[in-house]
Amino acid sequence: MAFRDDWMRARAVAWKDLTAERRSKAGFNSVAALGITILVLFGFALGPDTEAIRAAAPGALWLAALFAGVLAFNRSYQLELEGGALEPLLLYPGSRRSLFAGKLLANFVFVLLLMAIVIVASLVLFHVEVPGTWPALLGVALLGAIGLVTLGTFYAAMASRSRAREVLLPLLLFPMLVPVLLAAMEATKALLAGDVMREAGAWASLLVAYDAIFLSATFLAFDAVIEA
Amino acid sequence: MTTAAVPNILEPPRPGRWAWFGVFTFAFLVAAQAISIAISPPDRDMGDLQKILYIHVPAAWNMGICYLLVAVYSFRYLWKRDERHDLIAASAAEVGTVLNGLTLALGMIWGRPTWGVWWTWDARLTSTLIMFLVFAGYLALRAFVEEPERRARWSAAAGIFGAINYPVVYMSVRWWRTLHQVQSSPGTLDPNYTLSLRLNAFAILFLCIYFIRRRYEAALTERVAEQTLQAAALGGSARG
Repeated sequence: MAFRDDWMRARAVAWKDLTAERRSKAGFNSVAALGITILVLFGFALGPDTEAIRAAAPGALWLAALFAGVLAFNRSYQLELEGGALEPLLLYPGSRRSLFAGKLLANFVFVLLLMAIVIVASLVLFHVEVPGTWPALLGVALLGAIGLVTLGTFYAAMASRSRAREVLLPLLLFPMLVPVLLAAMEATKALLAGDVMREAGAWASLLVAYDAIFLSATFLAFDAVIEA
Repeated sequence: MTTAAVPNILEPPRPGRWAWFGVFTFAFLVAAQAISIAISPPDRDMGDLQKILYIHVPAAWNMGICYLLVAVYSFRYLWKRDERHDLIAASAAEVGTVLNGLTLALGMIWGRPTWGVWWTWDARLTSTLIMFLVFAGYLALRAFVEEPERRARWSAAAGIFGAINYPVVYMSVRWWRTLHQVQSSPGTLDPNYTLSLRLNAFAILFLCIYFIRRRYEAALTERVAEQTLQAAALGGSARG
């Protein structure tokens, strides 16, 4: 029954976070607007040339998701910290991993919604046609989002309780996320071109490996990080 | 996790023979450099530029040893909760990051005349740069967290994750490159140069050990001073 209890706790934490988000909407709306702003800025940086913009779309899309997502990760412990509620939450019986799982789940939903908006915006802004491989593309988006959210939620637990959290979280997170970003960008690029070289599968398996490694590592290490 | 509430009372480091080890280290380094400059002929293509190899390659190897130490002592800290292990991990990270920067800088100085560019997005170069950034993050994390117990736990996690990430970063960058173009290899080493390289590898290894020890002593002394001040403020003595 232990697993079932943990799952109920995780779900309760995720539900609480998402409800708070749904009722205010301020967080999501501003992060989504920022995601679109970043895409527009990439458009300016890459020039009005349609071909160049289209070629850069996968990179711009994932970086926009990353930059906007970091704000979400930094916010994810904010409500508890401001209300002094993190310590009481930790004092509840049950594994602390369920707290991490809950935060992870809430951030995952948040990032998926964010990516839905960013993907649609980049289709329009970067003149990308929806390819026939779109189900595989959705799979890549899911795997990439898991990678971003796993380490994002984990490092936010440290960074948001330190001084200078605005700098610290991206500084810790971005170099660690290099494999996810590379794999997600390259897989997206390949799939948008119809995956004629059959590269996307290799990148997707790298994403699966990365997600598996860091999901296990973060669950093992979270107890040490969240303690008092 | 109940032990975490009771802080370890640390002993200040004993100087021992480390000062002599330092003298030996620097003498060995100077000798190794002198020997390698004397006995290795100028390279056919690179000329005397090849001498950069005797710091660049040992620095890269020892950087790997330092990062391995960070991972090992971070594990040991999380396992035993002995604060000294955290301080050793931090010292190894500092020395490793310096060697990492040295590797990159010397590589660039060598690469400019040899390849014609300061930088190329080769798998080894790129993953070395990423490691530098990962451990710069590790050191920033330590700088921004004051509470020693919390700093130790957090940086242990960051250190282990950084080490786990290295092979994945290397793999991903290599794929990224090789799917597009053939990777250039710097060429294998002439047997004439191996003795010099080995000597210098040991010289940098000794230097690495010496620096880690010194940084560790400094960090430990700092912590002992903090604990003594705390104990004095509480009206007692930390050690009887």
